[in-house]
Amino acid sequence: MHYIFEPGFFANSTVRTALVLGLLVAIVSATIGVFTVVRGQSFAGHALTDVATAGGAGASLAVISPLIGFIGGGVLGAGAMDAIGVQRVKGRDIATGVVLGAATGLSALFLYLVTLQTSTTGSTQTILFGSVFTVSPSTLPDALWLSAVVLGALFVIRRPLMMSSISSELARTRGVRIRLIGLSFMVMLAVAVGLSAIVIGSILSTALLIGPPASALKFSNRFSTAVIFASLLGTLATWLGIILAYDSYYWSASHRGLPVSFFVVAVVVAQFAISSVFAQRRRVRVALSNERHAAPEQVGWI
Amino acid sequence: MVGTDLLKVEDLDVSIAGRMILRDVNFRIDHGEFTGLIGSNGAGKTTLLRVILGVQAAARGRVSVHGQTLTRSNSSVGYVPQKVVFEPDLPVRVRDFVALGLDGAKLGFARRSRQNLELVDEMLDAVEAAALANRRIGSLSGGEQQRVLIAHALVRKPELLLLDEPLASLDPGSAQEIIELLHSVVVHQQVAVLMSAHEMNPLLPVMDRVVYVANGGVASGTTDEVVRSDVLSALYGHHVDVLHVHGRVLVVAGESDHAKSMVADHPAVIVE
Repeated sequence: MHYIFEPGFFANSTVRTALVLGLLVAIVSATIGVFTVVRGQSFAGHALTDVATAGGAGASLAVISPLIGFIGGGVLGAGAMDAIGVQRVKGRDIATGVVLGAATGLSALFLYLVTLQTSTTGSTQTILFGSVFTVSPSTLPDALWLSAVVLGALFVIRRPLMMSSISSELARTRGVRIRLIGLSFMVMLAVAVGLSAIVIGSILSTALLIGPPASALKFSNRFSTAVIFASLLGTLATWLGIILAYDSYYWSASHRGLPVSFFVVAVVVAQFAISSVFAQRRRVRVALSNERHAAPEQVGWI
Repeated sequence: MVGTDLLKVEDLDVSIAGRMILRDVNFRIDHGEFTGLIGSNGAGKTTLLRVILGVQAAARGRVSVHGQTLTRSNSSVGYVPQKVVFEPDLPVRVRDFVALGLDGAKLGFARRSRQNLELVDEMLDAVEAAALANRRIGSLSGGEQQRVLIAHALVRKPELLLLDEPLASLDPGSAQEIIELLHSVVVHQQVAVLMSAHEMNPLLPVMDRVVYVANGGVASGTTDEVVRSDVLSALYGHHVDVLHVHGRVLVVAGESDHAKSMVADHPAVIVE
């Protein structure tokens, strides 16, 4: 155990805060992420991370909680995307691209001003790539209620959201209010990205949002299974990232710990690679099994 | 309810972005009738179905079910759209997809009732897809997916089922199975079917009525009443011949040798 958990790991209140926050973020990101991947809105999710960057940098300038900045920026971005036309398939890339461009420009300005204000690059590094070990324990209650609200709201709209994710045309004829459901989802996505930005930074929050759900979807034939599986993978990635980052402090004589976000993303990528290999093997096995059971006299379509 | 028109379309004009797509459309459908909505690609079949569903506004006219103006998500109308792409990794089992036909628009925390789950199984049995219940919908063949889409539309027990080109992209064997399934739905469940297709021949054995869409107008009635040279010539605005060959109907542009030679090469094609 000593080789995994360096001395003082569990006694450290900063680590405990990081672990709880990591758990919340992993679950929220995974749950929202499953729908994001199924709806084909990964690019929109990534754009919201850039908007969250602008919000986080703005919060740093205004000396308010970064969580408020990340989430506030994300929600404004979601509203802007909806107004431009993210709900329509053809308008989706345009809306995302326009908001992404505007947000990146704002981020550049705000981060420059932050650098001038603080005379260091530490804040910029924290905003872009996260620093879960520096998060104040007072952030936890806010993260907790925000997570509860997002998960509760998602549970309430799960069926119309599934319908519209499968086929917006079919959903519309069943009476689903596509626009309202889509906008609600975008707001939830913005909150998830904001929470994730606290742990691994705004730029890398896409990794937690997309990676674990993409891996889980290869093996799940139900939304609920995919959400549970993705949450487990996300939690594993986050906690392993925190453990490795903590341990990395002891890896060299200079005692320079490596960033959590790097380890989290490394685990997410490894999970995706492993799940892809297993999924490919399963596809081959199923194809061979289907071939064996196919009727020999079956006539093909010439 | 028998004796009243199930669906009545009266004096309907439809325009999209300033362009008139359909004009002065009139037809009716009774209970337990199989109606083919026939026309070439781009004739306005999908637009007409969308107006009947209430998702596309009409410029003029009225669509009513049992005499009541139709509203969106009317439970007496089921719908199978032209193209639903089910990605292979979509995490939805067949059973869950059919159940969404019942509660897909519902908000809330409630779980599915046992009664609804039984209804789903009953509907999967009706379309002979019970064995597929636990399969991922994206892993099914095109014909199997059509069966499941039909179960999804029927699970609310509609009186009228609209299908937009359900035979498109199916091989002839699967297409025939879907037609037989729909005929069985009409006969055993007394559901009226309005199904669009650009080729009427596969439907001839089961079709009670035809709604023929061409040139922005519509002709409706039994096949013998509508698929005639004089009726279709009036609809197309130029002479067309209707040929009967080995029990199949060919609609041929009357004065074009090129068109006739095309039909000789592709006997199932409707030529305008």
